[in-house]
Amino acid sequence: MRDLPAAVKVLAALAVVAVALPLVALAARAPWSDIGRLGASGPRTALIVSFEVSLAAAALALVFGVPVALVLARARFPGRSIVRSLALLPLVLPPVVAGVGLLAAFGRRGVLGRGLAAIGIRLPFTTAGAILASAFVATPLLILTVEAGVRALDRRKEDAAETLGASRWYVLRRVTLPALAPQIVAGLVVAWARALGEFGATITFAGNIRGRTQTLPLAVFEAMQSDPGAAILMSLMLVALSLVALVALRGRFLAR
Amino acid sequence: MSLRADVRCVAADFVVEASIEAERGRPLALVGPNGAGKTTLVRVLAGLAPIERGTVALDGMVLDDDTTHVPPRDRSAGVVFQDRVLFDTMSAIENVAFGLRARGMRAGEARERARDLLRSMDLEHRANARPAELSGGEAQRVAIARALAHEPALLLLDEPLSSLDVRARTDVRALLVKVLATFSGIAIVVTHDPVDALTLADDMVVLERGRVSQKGTVDDIRRAPRSEYAAELVGINLFTGRLEPMGDGAARLQTDAGAIVVSCPAELDSAVEDVTALLRPVDVVLYPEQPSEASARNVIHGTIRSIADDGQRARIRIEASPPLIADVTSGSVSRLGLKEGGAVWASFKAVEVRLVLPS
Repeated sequence: MRDLPAAVKVLAALAVVAVALPLVALAARAPWSDIGRLGASGPRTALIVSFEVSLAAAALALVFGVPVALVLARARFPGRSIVRSLALLPLVLPPVVAGVGLLAAFGRRGVLGRGLAAIGIRLPFTTAGAILASAFVATPLLILTVEAGVRALDRRKEDAAETLGASRWYVLRRVTLPALAPQIVAGLVVAWARALGEFGATITFAGNIRGRTQTLPLAVFEAMQSDPGAAILMSLMLVALSLVALVALRGRFLAR
Repeated sequence: MSLRADVRCVAADFVVEASIEAERGRPLALVGPNGAGKTTLVRVLAGLAPIERGTVALDGMVLDDDTTHVPPRDRSAGVVFQDRVLFDTMSAIENVAFGLRARGMRAGEARERARDLLRSMDLEHRANARPAELSGGEAQRVAIARALAHEPALLLLDEPLSSLDVRARTDVRALLVKVLATFSGIAIVVTHDPVDALTLADDMVVLERGRVSQKGTVDDIRRAPRSEYAAELVGINLFTGRLEPMGDGAARLQTDAGAIVVSCPAELDSAVEDVTALLRPVDVVLYPEQPSEASARNVIHGTIRSIADDGQRARIRIEASPPLIADVTSGSVSRLGLKEGGAVWASFKAVEVRLVLPS
């Protein structure tokens, strides 16, 4: 390969430093002697809530995102591009707007919220609400990943299955979904990582209630005002979790 | 019991309009140049591609017409696709068992049957291998087993040998000969290789530019090819018989209609049955009288049955033991004084004969 211009290399190096610097700074400024405080009830509760919320949101993204990806990649219907834009909109929407929108839909006076309240279901300011907010912003990432996978599938594999007597459901279960497994796993990890870091939509729609909706990012934000040391330690915990997600993805999605 | 298809359908950028019939127990070769619409026709018969108009009927049951479309899963067809299209997330045995499982057979029984089928193809030891771990020939055998497992009424083989190297091709061809001999349904083999068409099929349909240019038995078409393509395809000298080593690097191929001398394959040390040999018509040299000192091992005396002269090239059919086809330039016909009913000496070198040994 031809060597790249020096300017490109310098800019690339600057970018890498800019990404690495805050992480190094976090490690440098961390009150390591206080690391035991991560085990205290506050951070521990936030970590547990974070896991609950992000894993449940990833599961929701899986259940709804895979069908959307299949429909977008395969079905032919009028308005398909509009549906596609809509499904991917949360990717570019400011999360706080997503939160306000969710309130308008599911809030106490919301379009659906009133009906839900009548049958005893309340979403705003509950763990379920935090899960919904995280799933809302995370699902499009799974859709994008899986849709690309569906488009790359060799349709003759499904043809072959059908000539062998398989019903549509059987083809999906035995041929299509197994062939998509790498993209589904990658989409799940990306969606989970996005849900783990969710802040804006969650705090707007579900609030910041310790033990119920206060996830790690929300706890970090709160601690910054009173206990920066704890905030840095919790931030490092999030960095560690993000690194786990990257390792889980390995060559599949991000690294090439 | 038969398959009748009389259809018009639109492929990517051309129209296929064809009428074909296939009989139970008489494998049909669907031959034609690339882009003739062979694969499209196979997809139509399998139910994977729609027809524009016409009918497809299997044993009198309508599969396709103006109002009917029986989906692929209800057709009792087995398809061997070009490049195989195995399920790469499954092992070989799971691939073979797929059609049985899809039809609701219990897992244990389906595996048992798939194992029997793999055993009959000498592949039992590869049962748990993934398609990516199989050689081309092994993968093709798995694809054939997968298409046969549910005992289809209609077996469609789309270029089953074209993706294989020469050695694997010989093995798989021999397997297909065996499979088709015992297959009780209707079999259609798509191919552009004359050897496949001649060794695997009884009947032949020549498809060119989406139209049927000729159909009949393989012998009919060999005797009187009606298009340039068909002539090219079947206009090749084909011998089958028992091959016996003669020493000196030569071997004798004894056919029902006479013997020829060929070069002996290195690995041959005893006689072999069912050997096929091919000789291009341009490699046959003609003489008006017995050649005095020909270097060729084969010098055969015969009578000219027909001369087809297109002004540039003449195709000479010769009654002899065995019968031969020779191509000469048009000028040579008069120079050598060749005429129908006249005597002629034909000669060819042993090394010009291409051998196809059974596996």
